Amino acid sequence: MSITLDSKIPEGPMADKWSNYIASQKLVNPANKRKFKIIVVGTGLAGASAAATLGELGYQVEAFTFHDSPRRAHSIAAQGGINAAKNYQGDGDSVHRLFYDTVKGGDFRAREANVHRLAEVSVNIIDQMVAQGVPFAREYGGMLSNRSFGGAQVSRTFYARGQTGQQLLIGAYQQLARQIGLGNVTLWNRTEMVDVVNIDGRCAGIVTRDLLNGEVTSHSAHAVVLATGGYGNAFYLSTNAMACNVTAAWRAHRRGAAFANPCYTQIHPTCIPQADDFQSKLTLMSESLRNDGRIWVPKNPDETRSPDQIPEADRDYYLERIYPSFGNLAPRDVSSRAAKRAVDAGQGVGPLKNGVYLDFADAISRLGLDVVWERYSNLFEMYERITGEDPRVVPMRIYPASHYTMGGLWVDYELQTTIPGLFCAGEANFSDHGANRLGASALMQGLSDGYFVLPYTMAPYLSEWLNKPIPDTSHEAFAAAEAEASDRFARYLATNGTRGPDHFHRELGKIIWDYCGMDRNKAGLEKALAEIPALHDEFQKDLNVTGSDTSVNQTLEKAARVDDFFELGMLMCQDALVREESCGGHFRSEHQTQEGEAKRDDENFAHVTAWEWSGDMAAPIEHREPLEYEVMKFQTRSYK
Amino acid sequence: MSQTLRRGPVTGTAVKKPPAKNKPFLLDLYATAVGKKYVMAITGLIGIGFVIAHMIGNLKVYLGVVNEGGERVYDADVYGEFLRELLVPILPRTYALWGLRLLLIAALILHLHAAYTLTLLNRKARPVKYQSPRDYEVANFASRSMRWTGIIVLAFLAWHLADLTWGWVNPDFVRGAVYRNLDASLSRIPVAALYVVANVLLGIHLFHGTWSMLQSLGVNSPRFNQWRKAAAAGVATLIVVGNVSFPVAVLAGVIEFDGDAITCCVEGEHK
Amino acid sequence: MSTLTNITLKVWRQDGPDEQGRFETHQIPEIPAEASFLEMLDFLNERLVAENKEAIVFDHDCREGICGTCSLMIDGRAHGPQHGTATCQLHMRTFASGDEIVIEPWRAAAFPIIKDLMTDRAPLDRIIEAGGFITAATGGAPDANLIPIPKPVADASMDAAACIGCGACVAACPNGAANLFTGAKIAHLNLLPQGQAERFQRSEAMVETMDEYFGSCTNHGECEAACPKEISIDVIAVMNADYLKSKLKNRKSLSRT
Ligand SMILES: Cc1cc2nc3c(=O)[nH]c(=O)nc-3n(C[C@H](O)[C@H](O)[C@H](O)COP(=O)(O)OP(=O)(O)OC[C@H]3O[C@@H](n4cnc5c(N)ncnc54)[C@H](O)[C@@H]3O)c2cc1C
Ligand code: SF4
Ligand code: FES
Repeated sequence: MSITLDSKIPEGPMADKWSNYIASQKLVNPANKRKFKIIVVGTGLAGASAAATLGELGYQVEAFTFHDSPRRAHSIAAQGGINAAKNYQGDGDSVHRLFYDTVKGGDFRAREANVHRLAEVSVNIIDQMVAQGVPFAREYGGMLSNRSFGGAQVSRTFYARGQTGQQLLIGAYQQLARQIGLGNVTLWNRTEMVDVVNIDGRCAGIVTRDLLNGEVTSHSAHAVVLATGGYGNAFYLSTNAMACNVTAAWRAHRRGAAFANPCYTQIHPTCIPQADDFQSKLTLMSESLRNDGRIWVPKNPDETRSPDQIPEADRDYYLERIYPSFGNLAPRDVSSRAAKRAVDAGQGVGPLKNGVYLDFADAISRLGLDVVWERYSNLFEMYERITGEDPRVVPMRIYPASHYTMGGLWVDYELQTTIPGLFCAGEANFSDHGANRLGASALMQGLSDGYFVLPYTMAPYLSEWLNKPIPDTSHEAFAAAEAEASDRFARYLATNGTRGPDHFHRELGKIIWDYCGMDRNKAGLEKALAEIPALHDEFQKDLNVTGSDTSVNQTLEKAARVDDFFELGMLMCQDALVREESCGGHFRSEHQTQEGEAKRDDENFAHVTAWEWSGDMAAPIEHREPLEYEVMKFQTRSYK
Repeated sequence: MSQTLRRGPVTGTAVKKPPAKNKPFLLDLYATAVGKKYVMAITGLIGIGFVIAHMIGNLKVYLGVVNEGGERVYDADVYGEFLRELLVPILPRTYALWGLRLLLIAALILHLHAAYTLTLLNRKARPVKYQSPRDYEVANFASRSMRWTGIIVLAFLAWHLADLTWGWVNPDFVRGAVYRNLDASLSRIPVAALYVVANVLLGIHLFHGTWSMLQSLGVNSPRFNQWRKAAAAGVATLIVVGNVSFPVAVLAGVIEFDGDAITCCVEGEHK
Repeated sequence: MSTLTNITLKVWRQDGPDEQGRFETHQIPEIPAEASFLEMLDFLNERLVAENKEAIVFDHDCREGICGTCSLMIDGRAHGPQHGTATCQLHMRTFASGDEIVIEPWRAAAFPIIKDLMTDRAPLDRIIEAGGFITAATGGAPDANLIPIPKPVADASMDAAACIGCGACVAACPNGAANLFTGAKIAHLNLLPQGQAERFQRSEAMVETMDEYFGSCTNHGECEAACPKEISIDVIAVMNADYLKSKLKNRKSLSRT
């Protein structure tokens, strides 16, 4: 399959593109909708909202998740909030400003038309979620409350305590549950998608594995939506849930879907630092804490006093010092790198000297303990549960960790991948955040894709297939894909080596974190590109998976996911290597200003890099989608 | 209710066929566990009402002898007579009392039936028990022993009726002579002990029962939620203290039947 | 950094839903106090795999107390000894060197054991499918600030909505009842102005679906004590009241005519 990257951006002025698109697109009439079967893989915000809406519209929908219930998807863990250009606070917000902030925050590496659409529908999302019963925080007058978030100068973030993702996902899940109850959506839980099947140049369905009994089966459909989340777990230690993985997107990639910008990964500045070698994941402390907490490190690397004993004069509030206008609210990548510099300079705090302080003492004396507690109680309690320290008394310790992946399957304006009939939504696609995502924008994007974009943009593709027969699962391509998948799982079981998949994942994650993490350079990336295949060889020879393939086998599930992370890790490093500039979450130390700030190269790199699978993980094929800016003008991000 | 693991796709789970005929409201309500708990609560409330009234009525024994229409009688006996005369002349004598008794009997039967069916349901809800010891945090003796306190109190009720209503187990029984019968029965130390124990168990049953009733009836308002437990403790204490005082008072000689002190109702010649 | 030594684990192993289960004993010679309980199990599992034995199957995902996947009965308590804490947030510092820790799966007819410590909690989803939603077709919603919601109401609704659907309430309940879960879901939606239109239909459908799978509430309060989100049993009273009201309003027969 040769790849052409046609972004299908509609004609017209930026602000009218989406409404023009809706007005002129082909529709599927209500009676015909039920003739179409759509598979939605993933039931996070993007998947659940898409499946529910498509089911509500009348399509026959089959939803797949490897979780036991749709409500467990990783979206549940989002804490801080969701953006929308409602301007309820009257502080000058508008669709244009949200659009502007997102493109700028993404360091001019996002597609303008997509971002504008996202900003437009952001307002509908809040209306929709409130109507569904999401108990967003309210003011005493009964109106919705907002907070501000990193990278924005307006208060446009809606939140439900520190559990916004949970409340939104429960909202979307309830809509999905309703459709399941009504019989419009069929749910396949504890079922993992392990391959995509293409027939005659279009996506014809998927192959799945039942996690309870290992059965591999096929499902055909008119169209397939992947809403399978991000690949942050490639780093092993990340804030993602344990089961997050790249398999669905990666298998689609191997079947012809281009993978865009894999090196754009976001490191979140406020996570709890690693405590010991047993650590299985890192916990995020919502960025909203930066609204009231002040970040500092001791000026003296050999500081031994306890934090409350260190006088102001000996503290370095480095974000406030370097970025006076944004201060503690500087964007994620900027504050992450600043923390890394402090720790690398030996100013780190905590037993392993691997963190910086996030201090609430000033906020408590300014607002009173009650107000601070009301805002952050659940985060404070969470922190105390994990570390055994009370942030009201001792400043929190934080450090950056892998958190979100802006890269993902390449999609056009309609969210269709380079495989016709295969769509991709939510964190799994690359679409809206460019090289860096602003806080509280991922939830917005997931819900926008699922509720308000896909239900429109799938119609043109589907309408082509009206009343035309599509191959069912008896087609030989399905049988071949099933056999391939079964063989793969049998192979993991038969390797009979000495080390479990977690061991390899940890080693792999360390390579990727060290060389393709917060700070990248040519030598390091080349080193990683040599080390990953070597480790992968060992993986193939020395993997040990115990148990069988006929009942639940979490070791086997993990082995397959780690296998895909190896190939993805290679692509991340290759992408990072060819992108000879620093932008957003991608920081190449060769490309920085004298003050250590990222140096973007708009001349040569204002494009999306979309990779095609060549069959050899060391030699992917590079394609480029140039980014043209109609409305925005390139400018250097400055948060000073 | 099955314990088998169902696999495969899920769809149309809430599309149910409507039942052929609507059940009458009360039966419909009684069909679910929450509905049965309403029945438990309401019948329990009737029971609590009875027990409190019964206890207050019995307090009359402390008033001893009074002058009633020129005759010296025990106030408790007058009260007994009052109950039989209730609502006369609207109703013939003892009709109202029987009405109340029937209500109590019906409530008791419903209470028992609901308890029985709910117990069966709960057994089925966990066919395989935990294989290691449970560490209960708040489920207390009262809540965990409702079945046993209930059964024992029921047995005691039977004895109590045989003792003081029908007189089968009270050799000194005289129909209608409340004060005298009470003294006669409770002067026997084992019987007095039985009353004390049974009333303490009744109190335990009512402690959880009263609180549970408020919860089952959905009596829930932030204004008095914190008082619900206290109210339950209050009701239970009131009953136990009141009822246990009788055997204690009899044994202590505070309640002592004295045939000479009264001019009426001696030795069974009751009018 | 302190370390715990000589932990003895008694873990329930069961090969499948219909298989006979048994306790298996494992020693953990040393584990940092900072490690989480599940990290301790990860460590054990890696050792088991290295010894060519099958790893212990247990459900988990987010490991930050929000997805509700983790579900272990630890020393006779659902989610272990620490209040308001899901299994995944339990840290080894809660235990002491030399402790014996017993781990069992949730047990209820509605939660059949899939394998080892993993159970199937799908009936909780069935309850939601029956009515745990507000019908709001995508795209037709009015402005979000159209209906002001008093802060105390939004807060009370949020308190109930915090439920993570873990099923600890069922596991802890001596009767295997799911009233706390169902009550929380009903309270979340029934308290909001948006939830009023379907309030009685919802209460009736959810309670009746709950009845098909679970035991009955006898108001012990064990659920509240086990709930990692510390949801109050007041939500059960809310559910009971609304269930009766829905029966009285008899919407069901009205809608069937
Ligand atoms: C700790 C944390 C906090 C965050 N906080 C915020 C925040 O405050 N604001 C914000 O905007 N964003 C936040 N984010 C980011 C945001 O939560 C995610 O980007 C977003 O929820 C992703 O949603 P999704 O629907 O794309 O994917 P997910 O929610 O990850 O869902 C993926 C789904 O796909 C299924 N799946 C995956 N692979 C397969 C397969 N092979 N077969 C079958 N099913 C599969 C899974 O079962 C799951 O249902 C946060 C992220 C983290 C990690
Ligand atoms: S009510 Fe509490 S214990 Fe029950 S499912 Fe919800 S969070 Fe878990
Ligand atoms: S693993 Fe998500 S709540 Fe414990």
